[in-house]
Amino acid sequence: MSIFDGAMLEDARSVIARYPQGRERSAVMPLLYLVQSVEGRISREGLREVAGLLDLTTAEVEAVATFYTMYRMRPTGEHLVNVCTNLACMLRGGKDVYEAAHAAAGMAHGQEISEDGLLTLHEEECLGVCDLAPAVQIDFMNHDNVTPDRMRELIAQLRAGEVPAPARGPKMESFRHASRVLAGVEPAEEARA
Amino acid sequence: MTLDVERRLTRDWDDPSVIGIEGYRAKGGYEGLKRALEMSGADLIQVVKDSGLRGRGGAGFPTGMKWSFVPLDTGKPTYVTVNYDESEPGTCNNRELVERDPHRLIEGSAIAARAIECHTAFIYIRGEYLWQSIVLQKAIEEAYAAGLLGKGIAGGDYDLDIVLHRGAGAYICGEETALLNSLEGLRGQPRLRPPFPAVEGLYESPTVINNVETLMNVPDIVTRGAEWFRELGTEKSPGTKMFTVSGKVERPGNYEIPMGTPFRTLLEEFAGGVIDGRSLKAFTPGGSSTPMLPVDALDVHLDYESIAEAGSLLGTGAIMVLDETDCVVAAAERMVQFYAHESCGKCTPCREGSWWATRVLGRLEDGYGRESDIPLMHDMGTNIMFRAFCALADGAASVINSSLKHFADEYEAHVRLGRCPLREAPAVEGVAS
Repeated sequence: MSIFDGAMLEDARSVIARYPQGRERSAVMPLLYLVQSVEGRISREGLREVAGLLDLTTAEVEAVATFYTMYRMRPTGEHLVNVCTNLACMLRGGKDVYEAAHAAAGMAHGQEISEDGLLTLHEEECLGVCDLAPAVQIDFMNHDNVTPDRMRELIAQLRAGEVPAPARGPKMESFRHASRVLAGVEPAEEARA
Repeated sequence: MTLDVERRLTRDWDDPSVIGIEGYRAKGGYEGLKRALEMSGADLIQVVKDSGLRGRGGAGFPTGMKWSFVPLDTGKPTYVTVNYDESEPGTCNNRELVERDPHRLIEGSAIAARAIECHTAFIYIRGEYLWQSIVLQKAIEEAYAAGLLGKGIAGGDYDLDIVLHRGAGAYICGEETALLNSLEGLRGQPRLRPPFPAVEGLYESPTVINNVETLMNVPDIVTRGAEWFRELGTEKSPGTKMFTVSGKVERPGNYEIPMGTPFRTLLEEFAGGVIDGRSLKAFTPGGSSTPMLPVDALDVHLDYESIAEAGSLLGTGAIMVLDETDCVVAAAERMVQFYAHESCGKCTPCREGSWWATRVLGRLEDGYGRESDIPLMHDMGTNIMFRAFCALADGAASVINSSLKHFADEYEAHVRLGRCPLREAPAVEGVAS
């Protein structure tokens, strides 16, 4: 195995141990996050390794990985920028924010990753911050009441190699880092800092 | 907020110390759990039944009754699963409840576990709530360190583990049986019922699935009693309820009010009224899947029964407000796009119907609608409603049916004018408006 060896194998074992004996399959979701934390996406090799750890077929793991939007099966930028355009955000200008993100990033609609590999833009469904709409997440950390101008600033900061401070909680260094936190293997104390 | 309303779930929102276990305990936190450990499961279920607490996730099913359906003599373990997937568009009260008071959820979950003799509880949190999962993980670790979770909690002989499970972006996982599949490491598609989860849920074992807000009401019910709980709210919908008000209001936010409060009070006094002094056009009373209501419903009372009488549902208490300048067809298009995107693909009426509906709504909004599109929308709404396996499809159909019912004129105007009457005529030269 190339992804799950050494410390990563330890992490995988701790993830599997969260679930009752005989119910190890439950660990497939956090293990996919672990793969994503290393690869920045989920490759076929990643699916195979998760299958190997859980004694599943690759197809069974792929069925799960392709069902959920937070697992990225295709090349993804170092930072994932999600802009909500669902009704509550749309009513407060979310669609303009989404357009501003594309223009600022110099990316066409449907372009999954910027040419420099830094950014992926994603039109999001409701992110559960309707009270602070329009909502944007950068590597799953929230930015509240985002205007088109603020969106341009956020993209400019990312382009300058800086992670903008989220409205609440710690900065995630990257999409990979956020995926690692989502696997639940980072101590909460550290992740909160 | 100056309004003189007793706050229960949100009473400590102004005190960030309760996020830590010391602060929470200083305010009487975990006393409910201690009390619960001295009570029998049957007595706990009885007090929750007596309180009349109903599930806050949308269905409004009596919580105590749900717990009482769990058989304890099957020889299998029992499970409590907390539904923190909160994904209904317009809904974000669970997010804030946990951000500001995470231990109350842990305590409520532990009491539920005790009531059904469960030793492993799972909290299923939507993946996008990354910060909230960090807050909750920290609180769980504090509870273990304080001996309130783990082996022999609070010095007794009762063991309880709580496992946090992060989702990965799928609205359907808020449907309880889809949530169970997801937690078991499968695609999040709903299961056939019966068997109901109370009998055969997680890992084919008896399972209680409760919403976050529901469980956060439980500690107070145990310490203060069922009668206290019933002092607010209505006879059939007791207690307070969290409402999220979003869209075109002056003060969007999460507000806790007694069940049965008039919508007008929530809108005008809490949320500051419609933005910029405009008029109300429409609102969803319980998230995008509940039928939208027009301005005539301004005086509806916010409880399960009154909203049902008005032709909608309390749902998750997520009120999205449209003002006079907002287009109902554009709103319907965006809401139905959501269901088309989130359909799990299991059933044809939902998977295909919601997608086709977005095409028709889209062309209406863009000015290419035909007269036949309005009966076609009626036909689609009728043929999606109640014809799929779970309620996700009904959400899409509710948007279609309720917008047609209350705003037929606006649909017709789109066809007649060949454009959206609320959008300025296209500014492109040579394009007729």
